[in-house]
Amino acid sequence: MSIKEIEDEIVSEFEIFGEDWEGKYEHLIDLGKSLPMIDEKNRTEENIIKGCQSRVWLNSVLKDGKVIYTADSDAIITKGMVALMIRVLSKQAPTEIAKAELGFINKIGLKEHLSPTRANGLVSMINRMKLDAIKLSQKN
Amino acid sequence: MIDSKHIREQFPILKKWINNKPLVYFDNGATTQKPQVVIDSIVKYYSEQNANIHRGVHTLSREATELFERSRQTVASFISAKSSEIIFTAGTTDGINLIANGSNFPKGSEIIVSQMEHHSNILPWQLWCERNEGKLKVIPINKDGSLQIEKLESLITTKTVLIAMAHVSNTLGVINPVKEIIQRAKAINSKILVLIDGAQSVPHMSVDVKDMNCDFFVFSGHKMYAPTGSGVLFVKENLFNTLKQSKTGGGTIKSVSFEKTEYVDGPLRFEAGTPNIEAVVGLAQACEFMNSLGVKNISAHEHLLLEHAQKELSTISEVEVYANHSNKAAVISFNVKGQHPFDVGTLLDKYGIAVRTGHHCTQPLMSYYGIQGTVRASFAIYNTKEEIDIFIEALKKTIKLLN
Repeated sequence: MSIKEIEDEIVSEFEIFGEDWEGKYEHLIDLGKSLPMIDEKNRTEENIIKGCQSRVWLNSVLKDGKVIYTADSDAIITKGMVALMIRVLSKQAPTEIAKAELGFINKIGLKEHLSPTRANGLVSMINRMKLDAIKLSQKN
Repeated sequence: MIDSKHIREQFPILKKWINNKPLVYFDNGATTQKPQVVIDSIVKYYSEQNANIHRGVHTLSREATELFERSRQTVASFISAKSSEIIFTAGTTDGINLIANGSNFPKGSEIIVSQMEHHSNILPWQLWCERNEGKLKVIPINKDGSLQIEKLESLITTKTVLIAMAHVSNTLGVINPVKEIIQRAKAINSKILVLIDGAQSVPHMSVDVKDMNCDFFVFSGHKMYAPTGSGVLFVKENLFNTLKQSKTGGGTIKSVSFEKTEYVDGPLRFEAGTPNIEAVVGLAQACEFMNSLGVKNISAHEHLLLEHAQKELSTISEVEVYANHSNKAAVISFNVKGQHPFDVGTLLDKYGIAVRTGHHCTQPLMSYYGIQGTVRASFAIYNTKEEIDIFIEALKKTIKLLN
Protein backbone atom coordinates (compact mmCIF):
# COMPACT_ATOMS: atom_id res chain seq x y z
CA MET A 1 0.00 0.00 0.00
CA SER A 2 1.13 3.56 -0.61
CA ILE A 3 1.71 6.00 2.24
CA LYS A 4 -1.47 7.84 1.29
CA GLU A 5 -3.52 4.62 1.30
CA ILE A 6 -2.28 3.66 4.76
CA GLU A 7 -3.02 7.18 6.03
CA ASP A 8 -6.60 6.89 4.71
CA GLU A 9 -6.96 3.51 6.38
CA ILE A 10 -5.89 4.98 9.74
CA VAL A 11 -8.25 7.93 9.33
CA SER A 12 -11.23 5.63 8.78
CA GLU A 13 -10.13 3.49 11.73
CA PHE A 14 -10.16 6.52 14.01
CA GLU A 15 -13.43 7.87 12.57
CA ILE A 16 -15.53 5.52 14.69
CA PHE A 17 -14.42 7.38 17.83
CA GLY A 18 -15.91 10.68 16.65
CA GLU A 19 -15.70 13.13 19.56
CA ASP A 20 -14.84 10.40 22.06
CA TRP A 21 -11.28 11.39 22.91
CA GLU A 22 -11.01 8.79 25.66
CA GLY A 23 -11.72 6.03 23.14
CA LYS A 24 -9.21 7.54 20.76
CA TYR A 25 -6.46 7.69 23.36
CA GLU A 26 -7.30 4.19 24.60
CA HIS A 27 -6.78 3.00 21.03
CA LEU A 28 -3.52 4.94 20.77
CA ILE A 29 -2.31 3.43 24.05
CA ASP A 30 -3.21 -0.07 22.78
CA LEU A 31 -1.26 0.61 19.59
CA GLY A 32 1.68 1.63 21.73
CA LYS A 33 1.47 -1.52 23.81
CA SER A 34 1.39 -3.75 20.73
CA LEU A 35 4.36 -2.10 19.01
CA PRO A 36 7.03 -4.79 18.54
CA MET A 37 10.00 -4.29 20.85
CA ILE A 38 13.06 -2.60 19.43
CA ASP A 39 16.16 -4.80 19.36
CA GLU A 40 18.02 -4.12 22.63
CA LYS A 41 21.26 -3.41 20.76
CA ASN A 42 19.54 -0.52 18.96
CA ARG A 43 18.49 1.18 22.17
CA THR A 44 21.55 3.38 21.98
CA GLU A 45 22.25 6.97 22.92
CA GLU A 46 22.80 7.64 19.20
CA ASN A 47 19.29 6.43 18.35
CA ILE A 48 17.56 8.70 20.87
CA ILE A 49 15.56 11.48 19.26
CA LYS A 50 16.39 14.72 21.05
CA GLY A 51 13.74 17.26 21.79
CA CYS A 52 11.16 15.04 23.44
CA GLN A 53 10.05 15.08 27.07
CA SER A 54 9.78 11.32 26.71
CA ARG A 55 12.63 9.32 25.24
CA VAL A 56 12.19 7.90 21.75
CA TRP A 57 14.62 5.45 20.17
CA LEU A 58 14.48 5.07 16.41
CA ASN A 59 16.48 2.63 14.31
CA SER A 60 16.36 2.78 10.52
CA VAL A 61 17.76 0.30 7.99
CA LEU A 62 17.45 0.01 4.22
CA LYS A 63 16.32 -3.34 2.81
CA ASP A 64 15.56 -3.94 -0.87
CA GLY A 65 15.24 -0.22 -1.48
CA LYS A 66 12.74 0.26 1.38
CA VAL A 67 13.34 1.79 4.83
CA ILE A 68 12.53 -0.45 7.79
CA TYR A 69 11.97 1.42 11.03
CA THR A 70 11.91 0.01 14.55
CA ALA A 71 11.34 2.25 17.54
CA ASP A 72 10.44 2.51 21.19
CA SER A 73 9.49 5.12 23.75
CA ASP A 74 9.26 5.21 27.53
CA ALA A 75 5.93 7.08 27.33
CA ILE A 76 3.01 5.03 26.13
CA ILE A 77 1.11 7.79 24.27
CA THR A 78 4.29 8.70 22.45
CA LYS A 79 4.79 5.02 21.70
CA GLY A 80 1.30 4.92 20.20
CA MET A 81 2.22 7.82 17.94
CA VAL A 82 5.44 6.01 17.07
CA ALA A 83 3.44 2.92 16.15
CA LEU A 84 1.26 4.96 13.80
CA MET A 85 4.28 6.59 12.16
CA ILE A 86 5.94 3.24 11.64
CA ARG A 87 2.80 1.79 10.14
CA VAL A 88 2.67 4.69 7.66
CA LEU A 89 6.33 5.09 6.77
CA SER A 90 8.06 1.76 7.33
CA LYS A 91 8.66 -0.42 4.26
CA GLN A 92 8.33 2.59 1.96
CA ALA A 93 10.84 4.01 -0.50
CA PRO A 94 13.06 6.83 0.83
CA THR A 95 11.83 9.29 -1.82
CA GLU A 96 8.21 8.62 -0.85
CA ILE A 97 9.03 9.02 2.86
CA ALA A 98 10.84 12.30 2.25
CA LYS A 99 7.87 13.86 0.48
CA ALA A 100 5.09 12.43 2.71
CA GLU A 101 2.84 15.19 4.07
CA LEU A 102 1.22 13.06 6.79
CA GLY A 103 -2.08 14.92 6.85
CA PHE A 104 -3.64 12.00 8.75
CA ILE A 105 -2.32 13.28 12.09
CA ASN A 106 -4.52 16.34 11.81
CA LYS A 107 -7.47 14.33 10.48
CA ILE A 108 -7.51 11.88 13.39
CA GLY A 109 -7.56 14.77 15.84
CA LEU A 110 -4.04 14.46 17.22
CA LYS A 111 -2.70 17.68 15.83
CA GLU A 112 -1.94 18.98 19.31
CA HIS A 113 1.03 16.62 19.19
CA LEU A 114 2.40 18.65 16.28
CA SER A 115 2.61 21.88 18.29
CA PRO A 116 6.09 23.32 18.56
CA THR A 117 6.43 22.93 22.32
CA ARG A 118 9.48 21.29 23.76
CA ALA A 119 7.26 18.84 25.58
CA ASN A 120 6.44 16.52 22.74
CA GLY A 121 8.53 14.98 20.10
CA LEU A 122 6.28 14.11 17.19
CA VAL A 123 7.77 16.83 15.00
CA SER A 124 11.32 15.76 15.90
CA MET A 125 10.32 12.16 15.26
CA ILE A 126 8.99 12.88 11.77
CA ASN A 127 12.05 14.96 10.93
CA ARG A 128 14.35 12.19 12.09
CA MET A 129 12.48 9.51 10.13
CA LYS A 130 12.73 11.58 6.95
CA LEU A 131 16.36 12.45 7.54
CA ASP A 132 17.27 8.81 8.15
CA ALA A 133 15.49 7.82 4.92
CA ILE A 134 17.42 10.39 2.89
CA LYS A 135 20.74 9.44 4.51
CA LEU A 136 20.15 5.73 3.87
CA SER A 137 19.24 6.30 0.22
CA GLN A 138 22.37 8.39 -0.33
CA LYS A 139 24.61 5.74 1.20
CA ASN A 140 23.51 3.20 -1.39
CA MET B 1 -10.74 34.10 55.13
CA ILE B 2 -10.44 33.92 51.38
CA ASP B 3 -13.62 34.28 49.35
CA SER B 4 -12.71 32.06 46.40
CA LYS B 5 -15.70 32.99 44.29
CA HIS B 6 -14.94 36.69 44.60
CA ILE B 7 -11.26 36.16 43.84
CA ARG B 8 -11.91 33.96 40.82
CA GLU B 9 -14.13 36.63 39.32
CA GLN B 10 -11.12 38.93 39.21
CA PHE B 11 -9.17 36.59 36.90
CA PRO B 12 -10.76 36.72 33.43
CA ILE B 13 -8.82 33.73 32.05
CA LEU B 14 -10.35 31.40 34.64
CA LYS B 15 -13.63 31.55 32.73
CA LYS B 16 -11.94 29.74 29.86
CA TRP B 17 -12.82 26.19 28.86
CA ILE B 18 -10.15 23.75 27.71
CA ASN B 19 -11.07 20.64 25.70
CA ASN B 20 -14.74 21.26 26.54
CA LYS B 21 -14.00 21.33 30.28
CA PRO B 22 -13.68 24.33 32.60
CA LEU B 23 -9.99 25.16 32.98
CA VAL B 24 -8.34 23.91 36.17
CA TYR B 25 -5.05 25.77 36.26
CA PHE B 26 -2.46 24.03 38.45
CA ASP B 27 0.68 25.28 36.69
CA ASN B 28 1.18 28.31 38.89
CA GLY B 29 4.80 27.42 39.64
CA ALA B 30 5.49 28.10 35.96
CA THR B 31 3.46 31.30 35.86
CA THR B 32 0.32 32.59 37.52
CA GLN B 33 -2.69 34.12 35.82
CA LYS B 34 -3.27 37.87 36.12
CA PRO B 35 -6.07 39.66 37.97
CA GLN B 36 -8.09 42.37 36.23
CA VAL B 37 -6.42 45.13 38.31
CA VAL B 38 -3.01 44.14 36.92
CA ILE B 39 -4.33 43.91 33.35
CA ASP B 40 -6.04 47.28 33.81
CA SER B 41 -2.86 48.87 35.14
CA ILE B 42 -1.10 48.02 31.87
CA VAL B 43 -3.96 49.35 29.75
CA LYS B 44 -4.09 52.50 31.89
CA TYR B 45 -0.36 52.98 31.58
CA TYR B 46 -0.50 53.02 27.79
CA SER B 47 -3.80 54.90 27.62
CA GLU B 48 -2.90 57.68 30.05
CA GLN B 49 0.63 57.56 31.46
CA ASN B 50 3.14 56.44 28.83
CA ALA B 51 6.39 58.40 28.44
CA ASN B 52 10.04 57.54 28.75
CA ILE B 53 11.29 57.87 32.30
CA HIS B 54 14.23 59.59 34.04
CA ARG B 55 14.81 61.74 30.95
CA GLY B 56 12.14 64.23 29.90
CA VAL B 57 11.30 67.54 31.55
CA HIS B 58 7.75 67.42 30.25
CA THR B 59 4.84 66.65 32.55
CA LEU B 60 4.05 63.22 31.15
CA SER B 61 7.64 62.04 31.53
CA ARG B 62 7.77 63.39 35.07
CA GLU B 63 4.55 61.60 35.96
CA ALA B 64 5.71 58.34 34.37
CA THR B 65 8.97 58.60 36.31
CA GLU B 66 7.06 59.17 39.54
CA LEU B 67 4.87 56.16 38.79
CA PHE B 68 7.94 54.01 38.11
CA GLU B 69 9.73 55.10 41.27
CA ARG B 70 6.56 54.73 43.33
CA SER B 71 6.41 51.17 42.01
CA ARG B 72 9.96 50.62 43.25
CA GLN B 73 8.85 51.80 46.70
CA THR B 74 5.83 49.44 46.69
CA VAL B 75 7.95 46.47 45.66
CA ALA B 76 10.63 47.35 48.24
CA SER B 77 8.09 47.52 51.06
CA PHE B 78 6.65 44.19 49.92
CA ILE B 79 9.87 42.43 50.96
CA SER B 80 10.83 44.89 53.73
CA ALA B 81 13.67 46.47 51.77
CA LYS B 82 14.52 50.08 50.91
CA SER B 83 13.73 51.29 47.41
CA SER B 84 17.43 52.14 46.96
CA GLU B 85 18.11 48.39 47.24
CA ILE B 86 15.76 47.31 44.44
CA ILE B 87 17.03 46.75 40.90
CA PHE B 88 14.35 45.96 38.35
CA THR B 89 15.27 43.04 36.11
CA ALA B 90 13.58 40.89 33.48
CA GLY B 91 13.10 38.11 36.03
CA THR B 92 14.85 35.75 38.42
CA THR B 93 17.25 34.34 35.82
CA ASP B 94 18.24 37.85 34.79
CA GLY B 95 18.90 38.85 38.41
CA ILE B 96 21.10 35.83 39.14
CA ASN B 97 23.10 36.42 35.96
CA LEU B 98 23.55 40.06 36.91
CA ILE B 99 25.20 39.02 40.17
CA ALA B 100 27.24 36.24 38.55
CA ASN B 101 28.57 38.62 35.91
CA GLY B 102 28.94 41.58 38.23
CA SER B 103 30.62 40.04 41.23
CA ASN B 104 34.28 40.66 41.93
CA PHE B 105 35.07 37.34 43.59
CA PRO B 106 38.74 36.42 43.31
CA LYS B 107 39.84 33.65 40.93
CA GLY B 108 39.65 30.20 42.43
CA SER B 109 36.74 31.05 44.74
CA GLU B 110 34.21 28.47 45.84
CA ILE B 111 30.45 28.80 45.43
CA ILE B 112 27.92 26.61 47.23
CA VAL B 113 24.52 25.71 45.78
CA SER B 114 22.05 22.99 46.75
CA GLN B 115 21.01 19.73 45.10
CA MET B 116 17.50 21.07 44.51
CA GLU B 117 18.39 24.25 42.61
CA HIS B 118 16.68 25.34 39.42
CA HIS B 119 19.08 25.34 36.46
CA SER B 120 18.95 29.15 36.58
CA ASN B 121 20.68 29.05 39.95
CA ILE B 122 23.28 26.51 38.83
CA LEU B 123 24.38 27.44 35.32
CA PRO B 124 25.48 31.06 35.97
CA TRP B 125 27.68 29.81 38.83
CA GLN B 126 28.97 26.86 36.84
CA LEU B 127 29.96 29.28 34.08
CA TRP B 128 31.58 31.61 36.61
CA CYS B 129 33.62 28.71 37.98
CA GLU B 130 34.67 27.60 34.48
CA ARG B 131 35.86 31.09 33.66
CA ASN B 132 37.54 31.77 36.99
CA GLU B 133 39.03 28.42 38.00
CA GLY B 134 36.37 28.30 40.70
CA LYS B 135 34.72 25.34 42.34
CA LEU B 136 31.01 24.61 42.64
CA LYS B 137 29.99 22.71 45.76
CA VAL B 138 26.61 21.19 46.50
CA ILE B 139 24.59 20.88 49.73
CA PRO B 140 23.04 17.40 49.53
CA ILE B 141 19.41 16.65 50.35
CA ASN B 142 17.48 13.86 52.08
CA LYS B 143 14.71 11.78 50.50
CA ASP B 144 12.05 13.94 52.17
CA GLY B 145 13.43 16.94 50.29
CA SER B 146 15.12 18.55 53.28
CA LEU B 147 18.64 19.94 52.99
CA GLN B 148 21.44 18.23 54.87
CA ILE B 149 22.34 21.48 56.55
CA GLU B 150 24.58 19.68 58.98
CA LYS B 151 26.94 19.36 55.98
CA LEU B 152 27.13 23.13 55.57
CA GLU B 153 30.06 23.69 57.92
CA SER B 154 32.17 21.04 56.20
CA LEU B 155 31.47 22.53 52.74
CA ILE B 156 32.59 26.01 53.73
CA THR B 157 36.31 26.75 53.34
CA THR B 158 38.38 29.92 53.39
CA LYS B 159 37.74 30.14 49.63
CA THR B 160 33.94 30.18 49.96
CA VAL B 161 32.53 33.49 48.71
CA LEU B 162 28.89 32.77 48.04
CA ILE B 163 26.00 30.48 48.89
CA ALA B 164 23.26 30.59 46.25
CA MET B 165 20.09 28.70 47.05
CA ALA B 166 16.35 28.51 46.61
CA HIS B 167 14.03 29.75 49.34
CA VAL B 168 11.39 27.28 48.08
CA SER B 169 12.11 24.39 45.72
CA ASN B 170 10.26 24.88 42.43
CA THR B 171 9.95 21.12 41.97
CA LEU B 172 9.26 19.88 45.50
CA GLY B 173 7.77 22.91 47.21
CA VAL B 174 10.05 22.39 50.21
CA ILE B 175 10.69 25.59 52.19
CA ASN B 176 14.36 25.82 53.08
CA PRO B 177 15.49 27.24 56.46
CA VAL B 178 17.35 30.08 54.76
CA LYS B 179 17.57 32.31 57.81
CA GLU B 180 19.30 29.58 59.79
CA ILE B 181 21.65 28.77 56.91
CA ILE B 182 22.61 32.43 56.54
CA GLN B 183 23.25 32.68 60.29
CA ARG B 184 25.42 29.58 60.33
CA ALA B 185 27.39 30.57 57.23
CA LYS B 186 28.06 34.08 58.47
CA ALA B 187 29.03 32.77 61.89
CA ILE B 188 31.88 30.92 60.20
CA ASN B 189 32.86 33.82 57.96
CA SER B 190 30.91 37.06 57.96
CA LYS B 191 32.24 37.87 54.47
CA ILE B 192 30.41 34.97 52.83
CA LEU B 193 27.58 36.40 50.72
CA VAL B 194 24.24 34.67 50.36
CA LEU B 195 21.92 34.88 47.37
CA ILE B 196 18.38 33.60 47.86
CA ASP B 197 16.26 32.63 44.87
CA GLY B 198 12.79 33.69 45.92
CA ALA B 199 11.00 32.91 42.67
CA GLN B 200 8.83 30.31 44.39
CA SER B 201 8.56 31.90 47.83
CA VAL B 202 7.41 35.49 47.23
CA PRO B 203 4.17 34.35 45.50
CA HIS B 204 3.21 32.21 48.51
CA MET B 205 4.52 33.72 51.75
CA SER B 206 5.63 36.88 53.52
CA VAL B 207 9.27 37.63 52.86
CA ASP B 208 11.39 39.97 54.96
CA VAL B 209 14.87 40.31 53.49
CA LYS B 210 16.09 42.34 56.47
CA ASP B 211 15.10 39.68 58.96
CA MET B 212 16.48 36.96 56.69
CA ASN B 213 19.75 38.92 56.43
CA CYS B 214 20.47 37.75 52.87
CA ASP B 215 22.79 39.81 50.67
CA PHE B 216 20.95 39.26 47.40
CA PHE B 217 17.36 38.20 46.84
CA VAL B 218 15.83 37.58 43.41
CA PHE B 219 12.31 36.90 42.19
CA SER B 220 10.05 37.11 39.16
CA GLY B 221 6.87 39.12 38.75
CA HIS B 222 5.06 36.70 36.49
CA LYS B 223 4.88 33.99 39.15
CA MET B 224 3.11 36.41 41.53
CA TYR B 225 0.23 37.73 39.38
CA ALA B 226 2.37 40.37 37.62
CA PRO B 227 3.32 40.64 33.93
CA THR B 228 6.09 38.58 32.34
CA GLY B 229 9.33 40.51 31.98
CA SER B 230 9.14 42.03 35.46
CA GLY B 231 11.63 40.92 38.05
CA VAL B 232 13.44 42.11 41.13
CA LEU B 233 16.98 41.90 42.39
CA PHE B 234 17.45 43.05 45.98
CA VAL B 235 21.02 44.03 46.80
CA LYS B 236 22.02 44.96 50.35
CA GLU B 237 22.79 48.66 50.30
CA ASN B 238 26.47 48.41 51.27
CA LEU B 239 27.16 45.94 48.44
CA PHE B 240 26.15 48.16 45.52
CA ASN B 241 29.62 49.55 45.05
CA THR B 242 31.17 46.08 44.92
CA LEU B 243 29.09 45.12 41.87
CA LYS B 244 30.25 45.66 38.30
CA GLN B 245 27.65 46.40 35.63
CA SER B 246 27.21 43.61 33.12
CA LYS B 247 25.53 46.03 30.72
CA THR B 248 25.67 49.77 30.38
CA GLY B 249 23.88 52.38 28.33
CA GLY B 250 21.26 55.10 28.56
CA GLY B 251 19.96 56.03 31.97
CA THR B 252 22.99 54.85 33.95
CA ILE B 253 25.25 57.89 33.85
CA LYS B 254 26.04 61.28 35.35
CA SER B 255 28.23 62.38 32.45
CA VAL B 256 29.77 60.81 29.37
CA SER B 257 32.75 61.80 27.28
CA PHE B 258 34.88 59.65 24.99
CA GLU B 259 37.62 59.76 27.62
CA LYS B 260 35.63 58.99 30.74
CA THR B 261 32.13 58.24 31.96
CA GLU B 262 30.77 58.87 35.40
CA TYR B 263 27.97 56.55 36.45
CA VAL B 264 25.13 57.20 38.85
CA ASP B 265 25.04 55.34 42.16
CA GLY B 266 22.41 52.84 43.20
CA PRO B 267 19.91 50.76 41.22
CA LEU B 268 19.78 52.97 38.11
CA ARG B 269 23.40 52.07 37.34
CA PHE B 270 22.13 48.54 36.61
CA GLU B 271 19.03 49.45 34.63
CA ALA B 272 20.57 50.38 31.28
CA GLY B 273 18.21 51.31 28.48
CA THR B 274 14.50 52.01 28.69
CA PRO B 275 13.12 49.53 31.21
CA ASN B 276 9.98 47.44 30.90
CA ILE B 277 7.95 50.22 32.52
CA GLU B 278 4.52 48.67 32.01
CA ALA B 279 5.67 45.40 33.63
CA VAL B 280 7.08 47.27 36.64
CA VAL B 281 3.82 49.18 37.03
CA GLY B 282 1.96 45.87 36.79
CA LEU B 283 4.28 44.32 39.36
CA ALA B 284 3.56 47.07 41.88
CA GLN B 285 -0.14 46.54 41.23
CA ALA B 286 0.30 42.80 41.84
CA CYS B 287 2.01 43.54 45.19
CA GLU B 288 -0.95 45.72 46.12
CA PHE B 289 -3.34 42.99 45.03
CA MET B 290 -1.58 40.50 47.29
CA ASN B 291 -1.46 43.04 50.14
CA SER B 292 -5.18 43.68 49.80
CA LEU B 293 -5.86 39.98 50.35
CA GLY B 294 -3.17 39.68 53.00
CA VAL B 295 -0.13 37.55 52.21
CA LYS B 296 -0.74 35.52 55.39
CA ASN B 297 -4.27 34.73 54.21
CA ILE B 298 -2.90 33.66 50.83
CA SER B 299 -0.45 31.29 52.57
CA ALA B 300 -3.19 29.89 54.78
CA HIS B 301 -5.56 29.27 51.86
CA GLU B 302 -2.87 27.62 49.77
CA HIS B 303 -1.81 25.49 52.71
CA LEU B 304 -5.36 24.14 53.01
CA LEU B 305 -5.26 23.28 49.30
CA LEU B 306 -1.91 21.55 49.72
CA GLU B 307 -3.13 19.48 52.66
CA HIS B 308 -6.32 18.50 50.84
CA ALA B 309 -4.40 17.50 47.70
CA GLN B 310 -1.84 15.52 49.70
CA LYS B 311 -4.57 13.70 51.59
CA GLU B 312 -6.48 12.84 48.42
CA LEU B 313 -3.37 11.77 46.51
CA SER B 314 -2.38 9.48 49.38
CA THR B 315 -5.60 7.49 48.81
CA ILE B 316 -4.50 6.53 45.29
CA SER B 317 -2.16 3.56 45.67
CA GLU B 318 -0.52 4.07 42.26
CA VAL B 319 0.63 7.59 43.14
CA GLU B 320 4.05 8.33 44.57
CA VAL B 321 4.53 11.82 46.00
CA TYR B 322 8.09 13.18 46.27
CA ALA B 323 9.39 14.99 49.33
CA ASN B 324 7.02 14.30 52.19
CA HIS B 325 8.45 17.28 54.00
CA SER B 326 6.34 18.96 56.64
CA ASN B 327 7.19 22.53 55.65
CA LYS B 328 6.07 23.05 52.07
CA ALA B 329 4.64 25.76 49.85
CA ALA B 330 1.69 24.83 47.65
CA VAL B 331 3.58 22.58 45.25
CA ILE B 332 3.25 18.80 44.84
CA SER B 333 5.45 16.65 42.64
CA PHE B 334 4.36 13.10 41.98
CA ASN B 335 4.43 10.20 39.58
CA VAL B 336 2.02 7.42 38.77
CA LYS B 337 3.97 4.21 39.31
CA GLY B 338 5.01 2.65 36.01
CA GLN B 339 3.74 5.58 33.96
CA HIS B 340 5.62 8.38 32.27
CA PRO B 341 4.78 11.90 33.51
CA PHE B 342 4.29 12.98 29.90
CA ASP B 343 1.42 10.48 29.51
CA VAL B 344 -0.20 11.56 32.78
CA GLY B 345 0.10 15.26 31.89
CA THR B 346 -1.23 14.73 28.35
CA LEU B 347 -4.36 12.97 29.58
CA LEU B 348 -4.94 15.41 32.46
CA ASP B 349 -4.89 18.19 29.86
CA LYS B 350 -7.66 16.39 27.97
CA TYR B 351 -9.69 16.66 31.17
CA GLY B 352 -9.03 20.41 31.26
CA ILE B 353 -6.33 20.29 33.94
CA ALA B 354 -3.10 22.18 33.40
CA VAL B 355 -0.12 20.68 35.26
CA ARG B 356 3.56 20.72 34.49
CA THR B 357 5.43 17.56 33.54
CA GLY B 358 9.11 16.90 33.03
CA HIS B 359 12.29 17.72 34.90
CA HIS B 360 11.19 21.28 35.83
CA CYS B 361 14.67 22.61 35.01
CA THR B 362 16.06 20.64 37.95
CA GLN B 363 17.86 17.73 36.31
CA PRO B 364 20.36 17.23 39.17
CA LEU B 365 17.38 16.83 41.50
CA MET B 366 15.77 14.31 39.12
CA SER B 367 19.06 12.37 39.09
CA TYR B 368 18.99 12.30 42.88
CA TYR B 369 15.57 10.62 42.84
CA GLY B 370 16.61 8.47 39.87
CA ILE B 371 13.70 9.62 37.70
CA GLN B 372 13.21 11.30 34.32
CA GLY B 373 10.63 13.75 35.57
CA THR B 374 7.51 14.27 37.64
CA VAL B 375 4.01 15.64 37.34
CA ARG B 376 3.81 18.90 39.28
CA ALA B 377 0.64 20.54 40.54
CA SER B 378 1.19 24.00 41.99
CA PHE B 379 -1.54 26.12 43.50
CA ALA B 380 -2.37 29.81 43.71
CA ILE B 381 -4.84 32.00 45.54
CA TYR B 382 -7.65 31.41 43.01
CA ASN B 383 -7.56 27.62 43.22
CA THR B 384 -10.21 25.78 45.21
CA LYS B 385 -10.78 22.47 46.98
CA GLU B 386 -13.42 21.67 44.38
CA GLU B 387 -10.78 21.97 41.66
CA ILE B 388 -8.57 19.54 43.54
CA ASP B 389 -11.48 17.09 43.65
CA ILE B 390 -11.93 17.48 39.88
CA PHE B 391 -8.19 16.89 39.45
CA ILE B 392 -8.27 13.76 41.62
CA GLU B 393 -11.20 12.33 39.66
CA ALA B 394 -9.41 13.09 36.38
CA LEU B 395 -6.24 11.51 37.71
CA LYS B 396 -8.12 8.33 38.59
CA LYS B 397 -9.59 8.19 35.08
CA THR B 398 -6.14 8.85 33.64
CA ILE B 399 -4.65 5.94 35.58
CA LYS B 400 -7.47 3.70 34.36
CA LEU B 401 -6.89 4.74 30.74
CA LEU B 402 -3.17 4.09 30.99
CA ASN B 403 -3.56 0.62 32.48
